[in-house]
Order: sequence, then C-alpha cells, then structure tokens
Amino acid sequence: MAVTSTVAPLRRRRSRRSVPWGAYSLLAVFTILFLFPVYYLIIGSFETPSEALNGIQAAAPTHLTLANYHSLSQEFFSSTITGSLRGFYTVSTLVSLIVVAGGLVVNSLAGYALARMKFRGHRTLLLLVIVLVIIPFQAIAVPLYYMLSGMRNTVVVQALPFIGSAFSIYLFYTFFLNLPPQLEEAARIDGAGPWRTFLQIILPNAKPAFASVAILSFIQIWSSYLWPLMMTSQPNVYPLSIAIGNLVKQQSTPNYGEMFAFGVLLVVPMAAFFLVFQRWFIRSVASLAVKG
Amino acid sequence: MSEIILRDVSKTYDNGYQAIHQIDLTVREGEFMVVVGPSGCGKSTLLRMVAGLETVSDGEISIGGEVVNDFTPGERDLAMVFQNYALYPHMTVEKNIAYSLRLRKLSGQEIQRRVTEAAEILSLTDYLKQRPGRLSGGQRQRVAMGRAIVREPKAFLMDEPLSNLDAKLRVQMRSEILQIQRRVGVATLYVTHDQVEAMTMGDRVTVLRAGVLQQVDTAQTLYDRPHNVFVASFVGSPSMNLLYATLNGDGTRLQVGSQSLAVSAETFVRRPTLRAYVGREVIVGIRPEDLTLEGAGETLVGRIGHIEALGSELIVHFGLDARNYVVEDKGGSAEEVEELLEETALTQHVRNVARVAPRSSVTTGDAVPFHVSMERAHFFDLSTGESIW
Ligand SMILES: Nc1ncnc2c1ncn2[C@@H]1O[C@H](COP(=O)(O)OP(=O)(O)OP(=O)(O)O)[C@@H](O)[C@H]1O
Ligand SMILES: [Mg+2]
Repeated sequence: MAVTSTVAPLRRRRSRRSVPWGAYSLLAVFTILFLFPVYYLIIGSFETPSEALNGIQAAAPTHLTLANYHSLSQEFFSSTITGSLRGFYTVSTLVSLIVVAGGLVVNSLAGYALARMKFRGHRTLLLLVIVLVIIPFQAIAVPLYYMLSGMRNTVVVQALPFIGSAFSIYLFYTFFLNLPPQLEEAARIDGAGPWRTFLQIILPNAKPAFASVAILSFIQIWSSYLWPLMMTSQPNVYPLSIAIGNLVKQQSTPNYGEMFAFGVLLVVPMAAFFLVFQRWFIRSVASLAVKG
Repeated sequence: MSEIILRDVSKTYDNGYQAIHQIDLTVREGEFMVVVGPSGCGKSTLLRMVAGLETVSDGEISIGGEVVNDFTPGERDLAMVFQNYALYPHMTVEKNIAYSLRLRKLSGQEIQRRVTEAAEILSLTDYLKQRPGRLSGGQRQRVAMGRAIVREPKAFLMDEPLSNLDAKLRVQMRSEILQIQRRVGVATLYVTHDQVEAMTMGDRVTVLRAGVLQQVDTAQTLYDRPHNVFVASFVGSPSMNLLYATLNGDGTRLQVGSQSLAVSAETFVRRPTLRAYVGREVIVGIRPEDLTLEGAGETLVGRIGHIEALGSELIVHFGLDARNYVVEDKGGSAEEVEELLEETALTQHVRNVARVAPRSSVTTGDAVPFHVSMERAHFFDLSTGESIW
C-alpha cells in the first residue's frame, strides 16, 4: 500500500507535464497493424478483383462497386446445385440459435447446480467438467461422426454436439460461485422455490455471465468448419463457413473480390451479435446491492 | 404471533465440526431475544437453523407450537434480516419489499397497502422507485426491515443487521428496530457479537460460547449474577477484572498476589457455597466501577498504566502483582489453558481496569490504592469457572 501511494502521485504528475509520445506511437502502430486487415477486407469487397490485389493502392481505391456482392448472390450461388446465400444464412442462423439458446439454458443450469447444490459425486463431476474444457473438439470429432452419422445433412446435427459445453458450464460455475448466497437465502425465506429463485433472482443478476457465454459460443459456432464439413454434403444444409470454402474450391481462377465480399458477409453478423451483447459485459457485478 | 422453542438442538456440519451443542431455548411471544457471543461461537448457525437455511442435526425446533424441522424456509413463515441486507439488486425498493407478498398471492390492493404502510414507518416513501444500489447503508438497512415487516411473519430473525453501519447510525437504528419490533409484537431472535447491542436491545439475552449455551437472562441479571466466569467477562464494558486469589484458612481474608482484602461474614451469608472454598484458590471478579479512588474500606495498590479520558469518566488501566485469569473465546483444553497461564504470567503488568470519576488526579506510573467494594465482588470456581453463590 505504502509503495503505490508514493508512486502514484509521481506518475500522475509526470503524465500531466508531458504526453508519452513514445508509448502512443507504439500503440498507434499496433492499432494499425490490427485494424488494417479488417479494413482491407471491407474495402476490398467493394473493389474489382484486379484492384483488390493492386498492392498498397488497394487500400485507397478510385471507385467502389457492388459487383462482388452481386455476382455472389446472383451468379455464383443461384442454383440448387450450389445452394443460395439465403439458404446458407438460414442454416448458420438456425444452428447458432439452437447452440446459443440451448447452451444458455443447459449450461447455466449445470453451472448453477455445480456451484450451489450438494450431491454425491459433486467433486468428480466438477473435475470432469474441467478436464473436458481442455479436450479439443478435433479429438472427439471422429467418434462423434460415427455416433451421429445417421443424422447427416440435417440442421440439428450441426448444432447438437455444441449445446452442452464444458467451457460454458465452467464459466457459469465460477460466476455463480461468486454470487452472494444470501440472495438465494433471502428468496427462500420469502417463499420462492428453487426454480423461481433461479429465474427471478439469479438470472437477472447473471446477465454478464449470460452475455459472455452467448458471445463466445456464438463466435465459435458461427465460424465452425470441421464439423459441418464432416456432416453435410448437400448445398441446402451448408452453413456459411462451408459455402465460403466451396467458393474458393470452385473458382477456376481465384476471385479475391468475391472472397472478400463473402468474408464480410460472414463477419458482419458476428460483429453485430457482439455489439448487441457487449454492453452487458460492461455492466459490472459491483452494482449488486450486497455489501461485505 | 408465536413462540420459538428449541429443544436439545445440535448442529454438526458436513465436515464433522460441531457448531452447536444441545441448546434449549425459548423465545416467548413478542419477546426480543438477543443471542450474543464471540465470533465463531455459532450464533449464525443457530439462527440459520431456525430459519431453515441449515438442517438441524439433532433436536427439535418448533414455531407457534408446530415442529418445523422438516419445513422449508418459506413454509416456516419467518422474516429474516441479513447482515449484508441481501436486497435483490435488480428490483426497486418497492418490489423488494413486495416480493414475498407477491409470492403469497396477495391481492394487488393489499400488497399496495402494506408496502405503503411499511414505507411510511421506515421513511422510505421517497425511495420506493429506486434500486438498492443507489441507497445509503442506513436506507438499505431500512429496506431490509421493510421486507421483513410487510410479511407480518410469525417471527423475526436478524443476523447482525447493524454491523455494516457506522457507530452513530447503529445507535439510531437500534432504537428504530426496537420500536418496530414492539409495534409488530412478534418473537424476535437477534444475533450480534456486540455485547452493548445485546444489553441495550434484548428483553433477554442468550450468551453463547463455542456452541454451548452459557446463560439466558435479562441484561441486568447477566451483569449482576453471571453463571460463570465467561459470562462475567463477556458482559460489561470494560470487562470485569479477574484475578487468581486465595481464601485464607479462616476465611477472613482474600489473598490477591502479595496483598490481601478483608472478607466480611456477610459475604458468606450471601454466598453460602463460598464456605467450601475456604483455604482454596478461587477466581475473584471485580467490575471496573467497583474500584474507586476515594472512599473507605479495603484497598489494592496498583501501578497505573495508561489512562483513557472519556470525559464523563476515566478508564484507568493498572497493574497488580497478582495473576490475571484470562477467559478464552473457546473452552480450551487443559494444555491450552496452561500455555495461556504462562503467557499471562509474563504480561500481567497492566491488565486491570478501573472506572473512576473524571478529573481524578492520577498519573501514569504512580502506585495508587484502589478501594474495592468487596460486597460486590464475584467469585468463581477455578476448575469449572462456575460462579460461587
Ligand atoms: N458450512 C460450514 N461448514 C463447516 N463449518 C462451518 C460452516 N459454517 C460455519 N462453520 C463453523 O461453525 C462455527 C460457527 O459459525 P457461525 O457462522 O455460526 O459463527 P458466528 O457466531 O455467527 O460468528 P460471527 O460472529 O463471526 O458471525 C465456526 O467455527 C465456523 O467456522
Ligand atoms: Mg455470524
């Protein structure tokens, strides 16, 4: 304590006197490094293929066009053989919706039970969850394939393995563990049963946890590639991620403008989803009216 | 309105720790019962068992004549105020107060009436639409009270409800809580570790030590006739001076270190059992206010340590060449007590306290005779710690 209290005023005084240009320029360089690919993706999607690859000039195009988007939707993905953009979006959205919504329900309940309930095998179960967090999906993909091969080429099968998620359970578990138990006790004394307590007392105070899990699992499922690649072979059940892969494969000469455009189409929903839910991130749990 | 009766209640936690040992306790209708004891003695455990938040390992708890061991907290129809208030952060004050009523499916009109009334009693009317996060500590405390009183429950349970407030607010809320309890008139079980709070608030006070009930009595009785040396030292502030002493062979004098005090025959009349201790070592207890600088009678000469001037009185710390008896929070083993005695032998110098009139002429370092009101002294059995009456 003593150390920080003597150092802090010094620092403050220094920063008031001079702006740390060195640090700022370093930050600026990194910001550009990180943002440039995103910028390039977006701007490139509005350029002709030749211009998009035209070195540094691609960053400052002379004119913009919607041709890439047009050809994607009207020419490339226009038949039942290729599938349609609209179809890809529908599949991706449905799969994500099932995974995110189902996951929030299942995993929050599991995390809550682990954090609050006493039952036999509690420790073992918790350990199992933690172990499952570190097992990569690739390791279980093949056994899963055999288990679920009867359901190939459906929307549901693309979502099924990802609804229950050890990582989400663990996230919920740690959150609920840190929520003061007095809230639930007060609710019990007020006469609320376990379900009502969960829905009316816990849930409204767990928005940050729900938002985090929603964002993380959405990003994961929206861009998942391996599993849908294994489980789909018909264009009408392709998600976006598979379609973009096919686009690359099917072009005789790569059309980077179209690829950029498709990239944008893939990323925009993710960004939108993040923007909608991130405000709950910021809402701090510190606003809980429980002290001490 | 109902009474709370605990019969032979014990609690052993899952880890095998026994927090409560066979407690019998009755909280009468409308009574304000305070449970007091040092930290970790099991006060919260006891309260939580009554509330139904902890299971009862052994024994029986009944509320309003009904054994409630197997009732859920909701079915017991009690209201509880938590130390940290446990208000629902996402609900307005109004919703917080009304929550239990809505669960009980009361009509909207009735809920409205009760909430309004509670808000008026607690001067919360202006804050009904606010969330608890915006309120001050005292206001949150009131909301917690409001949540309890709208219920019109069979009993109130409160677990150190004032310990998060500053000293001034605490004193104010003490009387507010008492007023509300009188007004509602339901049995109240109130837990605190603050003996001043216990003494000032309780119709009766239960003293708990390491999960064992020590004494249940009015504050005055606890103070005047403590059952044992623990209660004697716990109740009263500053606490009672406790010294090793020996009654001489004919019982006329009490040897305290190198000094001695006369013991009148009347003392033995008042405490017949003391006869049996003639010629033996006992613990003598003298309250700080029973040591005076002026007056007549027997004196103990002590060397003055530091002096606290409180304005209305002086708290004088002084040392004697007699060993002090030290009461531990937990009933320790013989070994621990032995160790403790050695420690006290080393630190015996300034362990005694006297309350004397303000502006008395005392100076640190002086050797001063303190007059002892022997008729008000307490005696305790050395091995059991029980009072000798
Ligand atoms: N869930 C539990 N499992 C095991 N031991 C527990 C549990 N809860 C409390 N204890 C122990 O039981 C004893 C009594 O605890 P309790 O909380 O009732 O004390 P308290 O008198 O309320 O103390 P404080 O004044 O600090 O609140 C303590 O020694 C505590 O460590
Ligand atoms: Mg406690």
